[in-house]
Amino acid sequence: MSEAAERLEIFLGRVPYVRFLGMRAELAGDEMTATLPFAPHLVGNTVMPALHGGVLGAFMEMTALAQLSVTSPAPRVHKTIDIAIEYLRPGKAQFTYARADVRKVGRQVANVHVEAWQEARSKPVAFLRGHFLLSGG
Amino acid sequence: MSPEALREIARNMVETVPQASALGFKLRSIEPSRGSILTPWREDLVGDPDTGVIAGGVITALLDHACGLAIISTAADSKTPFSTATLDLRIDYMRAATPRADIIAEAHCYKLTRTIAFVRAHAYDADPADPIATAQAAFVLKRGSVA
Repeated sequence: MSEAAERLEIFLGRVPYVRFLGMRAELAGDEMTATLPFAPHLVGNTVMPALHGGVLGAFMEMTALAQLSVTSPAPRVHKTIDIAIEYLRPGKAQFTYARADVRKVGRQVANVHVEAWQEARSKPVAFLRGHFLLSGG
Repeated sequence: MSPEALREIARNMVETVPQASALGFKLRSIEPSRGSILTPWREDLVGDPDTGVIAGGVITALLDHACGLAIISTAADSKTPFSTATLDLRIDYMRAATPRADIIAEAHCYKLTRTIAFVRAHAYDADPADPIATAQAAFVLKRGSVA
């Protein structure tokens, strides 16, 4: 296992909330893809049924933090400063995927964009832009 | 709609939606254009294992849900049934939530058009004047489908 993959495994294994969501992530080279399998407790609208908006936001925020655990390793978890989420389509009762793009890593703050999709990446369900306060490495 | 009927709809929305029930949400209050929800701290919802601070994702879901509640109370007398979908949600995290403390979210729907609701919300633990996070959101009202 590469050093980056090891850091990712440690991050995913250490955070209890990752298990609550049921989120997984894999690295292919330096590209990380996060996966959120559908589970009944993630539903926010039982009529459609659709994933809770908060779940999609939470999944994308955790994707950003997981990516930062690989690209900006630190002994502590980085802290979210702010996030802006845009919802484009309802999250259906199926697998959701997300990728994070670290736009800038400064001395203290990182800017990360995340995109989430289901059946096709060309049909995103939501975007997230966030700033994260980096823990001292 | 009577206050009792509104409270029943609100309780249903806060306590029976699967994600809300999985997070342990409880209805605190509902009044015209405003709603408030409480969520208890739980070990399995921790986002920072070194400090026991609850994950940001829980606060995101809580604020989003409180916003939906404020919209329901604003549009309680709507003739057409509707459901709400989040268009955008922006959250600022001012400080870490205190480990083991309940978290409260209060939301205010300050403008409702036929199709769009504009909402502000904040989350705190001990003191409303010392927020954990604040949120600003826009929702679309989907008419004709039952919430």
